[in-house]
Amino acid sequence: MDIVELSRLQFAITALYHFIFVPLTLGLSILLGIMETVYVMTGKTIWRDMVKFWGVLFGINFAMGVATGVTMEFQFGTNWAYYAHYVGDVFGAPLAIEGLMAFFLEATFVGLFFFAWDRLTKLQHLIATWLLALGTNFSALWILIANGWMQYPVGAHFNVDTMRMEVSDFMAVLLNPVAQAKFVHTVSAGYVTGSVFVLAVSAYFLLRGRHIAFAKRSMTVAVSFGLASALSVVVLGDESGYTTGVNQKMKIAAIEAMWNTEPAPASFTVFGLPDIASHTTRLEVKVPWVLGLIATRSLDTPVPGINELVGLAHDRIKDGMVAYQALLAIRQAPHDPAPRALLQAHVDNLGYALLLKQFRPDIQNATEGEIAAAAASTIPNVPVLFWSFRLMVGLGFWFIALFAAGFWFSAKLELDRHRWFLKAALLSLPLPWVAAELGWIVAEYGRQPWVIEGVLPTALGVSTTAAGNVLFSVIGFSVFYSALLVADLYLLIKYIRPGPDAEPPLRAGSAALAAE
Amino acid sequence: MSYEILRIIWWLLLGVLLGGFAIMDGFDLGTAALLIFVGRNDVERRVAINSVGPVWEGNQVWFILGGGAIFAAWPALYAASFSGFYLAMFLVLAALIVRPVGFKFRSKLENPRWRSWWDWALCIGGIVPPLVFGVAFGNLFEGVPFGFDADLRMQSDISLWSLLNPFALLCGLVSLAMILMHGAAWLNYKTRGPVQDRARLLLPYAAAAYGALFVGVGLWLSRLDGYSLTSPAAPDGPSNPLGKSVLHGAPGWLGNYENHDLLWLLPLGALFMAMMASLARKRTAASFLFSACVPALTIATAGAALFPFLLPSSSHPGASLTVWDASSSKLTLEIMLGAVIIFLPIVLAYTAFVYRVMRGPVTRQQIEADSKTSY
Repeated sequence: MDIVELSRLQFAITALYHFIFVPLTLGLSILLGIMETVYVMTGKTIWRDMVKFWGVLFGINFAMGVATGVTMEFQFGTNWAYYAHYVGDVFGAPLAIEGLMAFFLEATFVGLFFFAWDRLTKLQHLIATWLLALGTNFSALWILIANGWMQYPVGAHFNVDTMRMEVSDFMAVLLNPVAQAKFVHTVSAGYVTGSVFVLAVSAYFLLRGRHIAFAKRSMTVAVSFGLASALSVVVLGDESGYTTGVNQKMKIAAIEAMWNTEPAPASFTVFGLPDIASHTTRLEVKVPWVLGLIATRSLDTPVPGINELVGLAHDRIKDGMVAYQALLAIRQAPHDPAPRALLQAHVDNLGYALLLKQFRPDIQNATEGEIAAAAASTIPNVPVLFWSFRLMVGLGFWFIALFAAGFWFSAKLELDRHRWFLKAALLSLPLPWVAAELGWIVAEYGRQPWVIEGVLPTALGVSTTAAGNVLFSVIGFSVFYSALLVADLYLLIKYIRPGPDAEPPLRAGSAALAAE
Repeated sequence: MSYEILRIIWWLLLGVLLGGFAIMDGFDLGTAALLIFVGRNDVERRVAINSVGPVWEGNQVWFILGGGAIFAAWPALYAASFSGFYLAMFLVLAALIVRPVGFKFRSKLENPRWRSWWDWALCIGGIVPPLVFGVAFGNLFEGVPFGFDADLRMQSDISLWSLLNPFALLCGLVSLAMILMHGAAWLNYKTRGPVQDRARLLLPYAAAAYGALFVGVGLWLSRLDGYSLTSPAAPDGPSNPLGKSVLHGAPGWLGNYENHDLLWLLPLGALFMAMMASLARKRTAASFLFSACVPALTIATAGAALFPFLLPSSSHPGASLTVWDASSSKLTLEIMLGAVIIFLPIVLAYTAFVYRVMRGPVTRQQIEADSKTSY
């Protein structure tokens, strides 16, 4: 593997791994806030016990989220140095503000949450808990503003004197519609994850006939909050689909395995077997109109297919080559206004010309064949996107059904009477993680070959460090992270099993380890 | 505000953020590094760990914020230094990843092997970051081999072994001694019983080692080949490191000190504060506050010597990164300055509130009474 593949592999591993912990932190922090609010309002100690029990599990998960988040903040520099240079002027700001506004808040108040039960009044502690929850959610906001810009790079321009993108309108970066849609979609997914976690663990207690009152109360909170969140995930997922349809037409087409342009209103493919080589999808089952409504919110706008979009990319590459020629001329004559004007006229397609760099360094001399190959490289991996998306959406509807059933049983006060429901809830425990990881695969793998859509190809973003170094760190992170995950799951299970009112399982763990 | 002023402000803020990291995370890194030595049994180690238990997480954000702010304000420095020091950064990341998990997981099981394993992980996790950051600072003075092509893509060939040269290692030891002193000062202030006694015993040795090594680095610096700008600086120019000329082989790194006598207050202050932290060790709060000044003054000493250089290049001196050619655009510096002015005081206010809530010493009795919830 070369350095590009290794760097991508490392980013994929560390990001997907980090996102095992993030959604649970997002969801549980809010659930803790809700439970503690009930405790402060009613004064019933069972609600405080709930906050403490779920809080311990939250803490174990939170530590892993913090630990794996460290890598994310520095990886742009270690492994994606040219990316960091090329877009740091825009991309760095939300990251830094995330630290200032969000990380400090959550990391400072998490200390009070765990250590200050006896040092704060009930109300003060409640505020600390909510500030912790607010911090985690702010953090999601800022990182998704940064990520949204990678999908839809608004509010920035190319500066030829510094050879990079620079901010021209920071408000546009902040209010990027893609970022807003992604934020609500992602935090809602986190709330679903937290709710499924509480629901499944509570179902485990009820199936064992233990901690009945505790589990039923926990479940009631989880199904109510979960139902609202699951509905929001799907609705806001649709908003994501619309914003993607405006900007990343290739991603939509690839998700749909739609090789040729659909006449309006486009139909949605429920099932099919996309074939990359022949640009066809076999055994298609289509639902009329649906895609047109999702992607364009109209019945008369066609949704362009992959083949047409490759043609557009071809034109944009050629136009971008003009911009690149102008760039070279500016280097020869920095004070001549003519090439600067020429660059300005074609600069929007400069990124497309950079796609040629994977074929030859002197891209101004690219052949027609190389241009065609570069245009074809704008197609992401269609089958992976097609299936990841469908699985994710299917899971989204499953969560709605699960929470709706739970909500109904909760309203009828019969949460502990339907063993099939409890079993379904327990078995659903891993599903929100599956859905969340698939969501990121759709979003990021679907953005390929771009690291910044239309601006910078992924292959150009890497550092020039030796591939051996990256191989070493890929292996290092994999081994290290796997060991931590084993310890994490071991502790979670040790602390879940005995339930809330037992003594902590310190000794049980000791005996088990000693027996090894 | 002119671009030049903004760049100088952000150069100062870079120092503030690195100083914030060294002061705040410094004492809990130092505490972790001393863990094995100040705690001879489980309860003693828990006293040490719980002295930083409620606050280390917020402290570590200074590191994260440092990374984010360098990215936003000095993207060229962020890109060149982190990719250039690739394996060194990997070591630091590994250490800072193991710490959150170690703090949280260690006391969750009673098994002595489990706890001992995490104790060592925390200890090494506390030693590696200050050592590596010190080594990195040493390499800033020597310069590292890198250049840029016309697209401003960095070309570099920096091996981990070349970073581990004698001068840089000496700087690493300065940094480590400083953090051990700071950790000892914290434990002396925040704990009682044998942990406090041992920390108090260690404090003067760490302070003396810091002072001796710091003076040693200073003497070596005056003889090291320095860098100096030989083309006129363009403080308002575009952030492009190409097109200037730099002399490598200037006599020493103390030029700024020779031109501005007042700067000598920084290294002298660092030495004085370390001495006071040691002498005042029976007045534990004062000693800790003296100790907290040392990282800030040490970083300021190094920064003042380097200015205007951020990352000198030994192979292509003209490509060295300086304050004038490695920053973000003017607009981004303005936006980020606004963010810092708004948020940093808020952060400092609630951080102060948390330290006030958690005030008072950590003792063996507390740990035993609160065995379930303590770290």
